Amino acid sequence: MENLASLSLVAVYSAMGVYTLAFIAFTLDLAKRSAELPARAASGAAGAPVIATAAASVRGSAAGGTAVLEREKTLKPENKDGSRGGATVYQRVAFALAIIGWVLHLAATLTRGIAADRVPWSNMFEFGLTATLLGMGTFLGVQLWKDVRYLGAYITGFTVLSLGIVTVNFYVDVVPTPPALQSAWLIIHVLVASLATAFFAIGAGLSTMQLLRHQREVRKTAGLRFLDTVPGASTLESLAYRINVVGFVFWTFTLVAGAIWAERAWGRYWGWDTKEVWTFIIWVLFAGYIHARATRGWRGNRSAWLAIVGFGAVIFNYTIVNLFFEGLHSYSGI
Amino acid sequence: MEPLRPSDYDDGSGAPAAIDEGPGRASADGPTQPRLGVVGWVRFVWRQLTSMRTALVLLLLLAVAAIPGSLVPQRSSNPNGVVQYQRDDPELFAVLDALQLFDTFTSVWFSAIYLLLFVSLIGCIIPRTTHHWRAMRSRPPKTPARLNRLVGYREADARGSVEEALSAGEAVLRRQRFRVERYGDSLSAERGYLRETGNLVFHMALVGVLATVGFAGGFGYNGQKVIVEGQTFVNQLTTYDTFSASRFFDDSRLDPFSLRLDEFEGVFEAAVDEQSGALLAQPLDYTATVTVTEANGESVQRDIKVNAPIDIQGMRAYLLGNGFAPVITVRNADGDVVFDESVAFLPQDSNLTSLGIIKVPDGLPEQLGMIGFFYPSAVQLESGALSSVWPQPDNPVLTLNVFQGDLGLDDGVPRNAYALDVDDLEQVTGGETGTESIVLGLGQTAELPNGWGTVEFTALPRFVSIDIHHDPTQLGVFVSTVLAIAGLIVSLFVPRRRVWIAAEQTNDGVRLRYAGLARGEDPNLDGAVERVATEHLDRLGGRVETSQPAPVASQ
Repeated sequence: MENLASLSLVAVYSAMGVYTLAFIAFTLDLAKRSAELPARAASGAAGAPVIATAAASVRGSAAGGTAVLEREKTLKPENKDGSRGGATVYQRVAFALAIIGWVLHLAATLTRGIAADRVPWSNMFEFGLTATLLGMGTFLGVQLWKDVRYLGAYITGFTVLSLGIVTVNFYVDVVPTPPALQSAWLIIHVLVASLATAFFAIGAGLSTMQLLRHQREVRKTAGLRFLDTVPGASTLESLAYRINVVGFVFWTFTLVAGAIWAERAWGRYWGWDTKEVWTFIIWVLFAGYIHARATRGWRGNRSAWLAIVGFGAVIFNYTIVNLFFEGLHSYSGI
Repeated sequence: MEPLRPSDYDDGSGAPAAIDEGPGRASADGPTQPRLGVVGWVRFVWRQLTSMRTALVLLLLLAVAAIPGSLVPQRSSNPNGVVQYQRDDPELFAVLDALQLFDTFTSVWFSAIYLLLFVSLIGCIIPRTTHHWRAMRSRPPKTPARLNRLVGYREADARGSVEEALSAGEAVLRRQRFRVERYGDSLSAERGYLRETGNLVFHMALVGVLATVGFAGGFGYNGQKVIVEGQTFVNQLTTYDTFSASRFFDDSRLDPFSLRLDEFEGVFEAAVDEQSGALLAQPLDYTATVTVTEANGESVQRDIKVNAPIDIQGMRAYLLGNGFAPVITVRNADGDVVFDESVAFLPQDSNLTSLGIIKVPDGLPEQLGMIGFFYPSAVQLESGALSSVWPQPDNPVLTLNVFQGDLGLDDGVPRNAYALDVDDLEQVTGGETGTESIVLGLGQTAELPNGWGTVEFTALPRFVSIDIHHDPTQLGVFVSTVLAIAGLIVSLFVPRRRVWIAAEQTNDGVRLRYAGLARGEDPNLDGAVERVATEHLDRLGGRVETSQPAPVASQ
């Protein structure tokens, strides 16, 4: 079993290595898009049509003539033929690397679970391992539905960073499950929390991209030219919303499952323990986000900021609250 | 804008005004009219309170207001932490306490926010419920004249008559679970009423949670009791170590039952710490075997585990702590027993090194207090100090520091049984007294200082800390929560949309026009209109001729 746990650790480091390469390739892809763009833009009208194209992917464009539709073909990442626009070589290599890294990551998580003879999410290290696995998995899976490869640099970078931190700082040996954690709710509550975290991570990435894209649309700022190759701000907003809403449902479930477990373990379903407080805060923030999306004057940038703050609170809850706040959720193993 | 929605509701369609319905209530009689009067002002305030923006701001305020509850200890969840805080920094404590920060979740400001939020919520739910009730019983609205301004607009030609086209269209729409209404040569269809139903159920369920906690919560109570092996706990108010009850509680609500702790067992596994090489004890299981005798006289033996409480007559008993409770017998110089009790020692580390306080008030020349350390598996370190290396009683050793003087038990002030105030006491063994601490193995006896008598470590039973709870809110909160989750999922993932099919007779068949309208978040509307059109034309044998995107709404 010791060997298996060491093997798991080797797999974690390997995954981190491959993810790092993927991150570099994703970044090169963005750089290449920035560099190539002026050449392409020169062939057509620059600036404005790009925005119109982006809008077209949401609700279509009445003003659009043939020119706009053709430009859409060359610029939209969803481009089916993928020959000129869309995936660059770097991006394809990066995505392949991300898949390889994820397989290693999956192997690391599975062997850890087998070594511990229980679900691999019973302490902070294992939670980090599983949550990032689900985050990467969601990113790769979303690809079947929508092309969001422009988020690759963000997701792989975030994953490498998280894996590095949990492995170096939060690593603990495999120990048996203490009585307080011996419950079916460990499997459900923590798994759903990891899933919610994964969705919020991608949602926050999309919202950040949306804000950057909006900046570029409004101010026509120089730099970050690759932003012209990602979908328009309102498409990104709609995507972010759909991802965050799934995260919100998972988070609601996390909260409820946690309450049911707390009733079994501690004798009350809700007692404003620090972790419960933060779970509540995050829930309310994302409830606010969903309301913001239906409030005049709050769609767009403001709601995007709310989603980012919400994800910030999730990270805060996992790190600062776990490590520095007193409470009943002291299962970090550190 | 839908009527009876908050005036600043934005469904994302980008539509500045209603397309097919009367003016929204905001524009009907806006708050900016002159000569408002009292009623006008009440309406104005009410409208502000029930607006989306207010709800949103209150939500964000609620999130912010909850933060202090995690920064400073709360009386509800960590009373000892509050006491400690007061001791460490009395000045800051006074300020924070005046701001009710140690009772964040029952504070005036936190309560104000959530009560306003719920008032705003109820003010939103009621008109929306009546509106939705009517909408569910009414026909889909008339087909708008200018379909080409709507989402997913398409035109097509097909053979046959208008009549054939419309009856085929009706079949297609009904199959896709639309409610269909015919207006002249067009069909108006709407689906996804469940979205609004789910939304309303979700919000009502939240009110249900609050109401249940507010009303049923007043009847709850919980108490804690330390029970030593062999001892019996009787469910009466006076027998609890600590007890807290809600507003409407009275003693008569405590159903009589008794609970005897027959045995407690802890199971541990050894693990080696890789860094220090030390042996670590990992707990695997704690089981308290108890005999419960209910009001009707029936006795049943049951096991309580962590994560597995037992139900007794509508109450629940939880196993929350355990430890050793050495039996200590003190005899005076004449050999008469003056103290013979099991004393619960509170665990201090994972190997159950435990700390206990013994108070002998009577029968000796002076009152006697003892601070005891208990080591289940004692080993002597190089420094001479004792340490426990394993949580099981393999080599149980008890050390006692003896104090004499006034224990302060007689002046009527309640004293903590788990602490010894040594200010007024004189230490006679251990520390700097020059006299060694008393060290006892199980069954051993030692002389007390000054020839006062003897102290014996007689037996070593275990104790458990049992929590007994009665929480009448559980069922209501659970049902509300299940409804809330169901409502939430439905309201977020069921799209509500309208689709229209208009037909017009031409020389060689019918000209068909299709369009849709989103009601709420609906990014797939265009695809939905396309599906209707494709399926419809499949039946009619036509094809989409022009597909023209709808205009981009200005935002």
